Amino acid sequence: MPEQTFIVNGERVTVDVEDDVRLLWVLRDLLGITGPKYGCGINVCKACTSHVNGKAFNPCAVPVGKLSSDDEITTIEGLPGEVAEQQRGANGLHPMQEAWLERDVVQCGYCQPGQIMAAVALVNRVKAEGRQVTDADLDTIRNICRCGTYTRIREAIADGASRM
Amino acid sequence: MPHPHDAQAHDATPLAVDRRRFVGYVIGGATLVAAADLVLDTPAASAEVPTLPQPAELYDLNDMLTDAARPTANLITVTINEDGTAGFELPRAEVGQGITTSTAMLIAEELDLPVDRVRVTLAPARPELLFNQLTGGSNTTIATYTPIRVAAAVARAALLDAAAIVLGDTVAGLVAKGGVITARDGSSVTYGDLAVKAAGSVGSRAVEVELKSEAEFSVIGTPTNRVDALAAVTGQKEFTTDLAVPDALPTMVCRAPTLNGTPVSVRNQAQVEAMPGVTHVAQVSTGVAVRAATFGQCIDAVRALDVVWKAGPVAGESDATILRKVRAAQLPMPKLPDTPLAQTVSGDFTFWFRSNSPMDTNSAIADVRPDGATIWAGLKSPIVAQQRIAEKLGMSQDKVKVNVVTAGGSFGRRLFFDGALEAAEISQEMGAPVKLMWHRADDARVGRTHPLGTCRVQATVSGTNVLAFNQSLTCVETDFRHGLGEIITAAAADLPAGVGNLGFAETIFALTQEVPYDFGAVTQTLVETDDRFNTGSMRNIYSPDVRVASELVVDRLAAKMKMDPYQFRRKFQRNERLLTVLDTVAQAGEWGRSMPAGTAQGIAIHKEYKGVSACLVEIDTRPATTGRQIRDAVTGPRVTRVTFAIDVGLAINPRGLEAQMQGGINDGIALALTSSLHLRDGHFLEASWDNYFYTRQWNTPPDVRVIVVPSEEKVPGGAGEAGVAATFAAVACAYARATGTMPTQFPINHDQLSFEPKSFVPPVPQSPDNGLELTS
Ligand code: FES
Ligand code: FES
Repeated sequence: MPEQTFIVNGERVTVDVEDDVRLLWVLRDLLGITGPKYGCGINVCKACTSHVNGKAFNPCAVPVGKLSSDDEITTIEGLPGEVAEQQRGANGLHPMQEAWLERDVVQCGYCQPGQIMAAVALVNRVKAEGRQVTDADLDTIRNICRCGTYTRIREAIADGASRM
Repeated sequence: MPHPHDAQAHDATPLAVDRRRFVGYVIGGATLVAAADLVLDTPAASAEVPTLPQPAELYDLNDMLTDAARPTANLITVTINEDGTAGFELPRAEVGQGITTSTAMLIAEELDLPVDRVRVTLAPARPELLFNQLTGGSNTTIATYTPIRVAAAVARAALLDAAAIVLGDTVAGLVAKGGVITARDGSSVTYGDLAVKAAGSVGSRAVEVELKSEAEFSVIGTPTNRVDALAAVTGQKEFTTDLAVPDALPTMVCRAPTLNGTPVSVRNQAQVEAMPGVTHVAQVSTGVAVRAATFGQCIDAVRALDVVWKAGPVAGESDATILRKVRAAQLPMPKLPDTPLAQTVSGDFTFWFRSNSPMDTNSAIADVRPDGATIWAGLKSPIVAQQRIAEKLGMSQDKVKVNVVTAGGSFGRRLFFDGALEAAEISQEMGAPVKLMWHRADDARVGRTHPLGTCRVQATVSGTNVLAFNQSLTCVETDFRHGLGEIITAAAADLPAGVGNLGFAETIFALTQEVPYDFGAVTQTLVETDDRFNTGSMRNIYSPDVRVASELVVDRLAAKMKMDPYQFRRKFQRNERLLTVLDTVAQAGEWGRSMPAGTAQGIAIHKEYKGVSACLVEIDTRPATTGRQIRDAVTGPRVTRVTFAIDVGLAINPRGLEAQMQGGINDGIALALTSSLHLRDGHFLEASWDNYFYTRQWNTPPDVRVIVVPSEEKVPGGAGEAGVAATFAAVACAYARATGTMPTQFPINHDQLSFEPKSFVPPVPQSPDNGLELTS
């Protein structure tokens, strides 16, 4: 079986698995990293949203063989590591996670790791463009939340952006 | 375990001395275990109900669920641990509605312990609890409010007794705060230190306690963040598919191209068994199961299977044919007068099939061995699940251990145990533990649906009076075979006159529905037909559809009388609490403000589960909004502003209540505007969240305000479903006012198929491989 090597949450890992197995399953079923959730497997629901080299992506749509050994994957478990220690909040978490806690966004929580990962990438992108997050930006988020936590997600993103 | 009733038999103290004095127990354990019985609450509601007002006003579904819990409930226990925390196993399912948080708050309140030191876990199936382990009808808080507090108060009393000895003071001289008990001389001892000392010896002892009065509450009623939020935002919160059960490998099922079709034979079993990662292929009653090292390899195997199928019971049917059957089953409506003096206003509405699929699909872990089985799943009726699984496996019920796992949403679906039952069968067939997960396509197509139905309304107006209001709901049968049915059977004798002898569905209809207006002679009827679908209720049973039909006709009545819709609702309102929430939204939401053409307000009310709510929405139906282009999406009219007021009775956690309303608002919008299932040629087409259009960020209102109205009521009401009906109705009314046309089917976009259906053979889509090109 082919060996797959990449970096996940700061650690280089090697897994024996076929090239075409999507990264989501490698993370969840083989490495036991269960923060990214399954909601569709076809890059629609965005519950699995994680970061590759700092950008949002969906591991359910990436065959593991397409990763190179230097590709850095960050899942919700490793998100605090994307910011310097002094930027982390009261719980030692990424400012967006702290905003999520303060706003009590979560209901069942299933979609929330993906929501947070998508929110961080959105804010990074908007900041790089030198502007503030607008309602129109929030309207582009595709992550579904069947519990309907959208109102608090919008509030938390504004809050998190101001802390980032 | 010692039986508490023995202790009680020696104790002459009546169970409930007054509203706040109750008897609980300290029972034997390594550390302090305090217990209470649900029998301790007030006597059952009177069964004598006059014909008017409607049954639901005097005795509703929640009274029935609470009464059903009373005589059968055994002990619920609060344990004090040596680390100073309190532990409690909640005999209910947490599915996102926040009951672990509200339960922790009740315990923290009576124990004088911080909320974050209360650990609430979910109890496995406890058959001795009979009817008291069903999570439904927004009943959890209503039924458990008093007993949980009694158990916690008993624990506190035992801790104080033990502290008095340790500190050499009297109980009266002690102060308990934050998990520490301090004596008059300043010496102190923690709950953790007392956990063993306060433990009961052999046997149990009855303890009479007085619960805190409302004036003393410092936790109940205070907005509190969820106890599981930290775990959720860090990815540590575990759902069924996250559990690491040894050897329980990923498992999926290949399903038939028609709904509930069944497998006849597999043409290429050996070939699929040889695929990478695959360990087992097994034909079961619902399809062909595959077990593999990863779910990705399960998907490959499911797609590769070549199966001969027997068509399902609705093969060839479509929305149109089912609707025709439902219409054929409708009861004739009474002929009402239509003269210049007494005019009849009517409406006839269709509600299409809707999916109650949550984010976390049907999933379950099963480890079935020859001598017993263990199951893990998100289950709202674990005892019934345990019974059915035992039957299926040919085992006695005590051989099946059923663990309840926190679930990623329910919306009615987890009252059933389709995944758990299927996983058990597969594990037995394969002789290996399985972690079964339904593909999203299966969850949407084969998972349960809220039944299609029609709702007809007729009302007669004479001058400024409404003389009669008739409403008749006809729908595809709702499945209640998850335990609610047994409760009704058992409770039948105690139900109000005229209700007890009805069928399950009619009983629930009678116990939940009412027309909350002074409309003269009111009748509401229900007819169900066609039991071939996989049904269940979705975030409320009949109310959303019934309320939408009523409120649209209410707007018509107002127009007929040339009255403003809000003023009309005030005029015919007989309930003070409803008037308050109605006035609250009208004021806060600026009812009547001038709005551009193509936009409008809509207002509606709802009453259920001891609570009342009102909703005022603003909608934008102008072309610039409806014409928004977003790939693979439904845009359409947008609700731009929502003002929602609720009086739920005592709100244990106002922040959680607000969250539930916000969620319900998004459900109401989806039901009105975007989300339905389409049946074509014997199967539902929807296989993705880009097919089934639940509210998304581009649909959700940018401006949402939920107002929790201070309540005169002293007891809590249900919250999980309360947000949907009034919102759904207000959106429908706003849409009618903005466009000048009253919609007659829901969702309004049902006639237009907004996606390209995915294949039925194979039944699940392959995962894309271009994810690295789509980073953002
Ligand atoms: S599971 Fe990856 S987008 Fe849905
Ligand atoms: S919090 Fe439940 S799906 Fe988003």
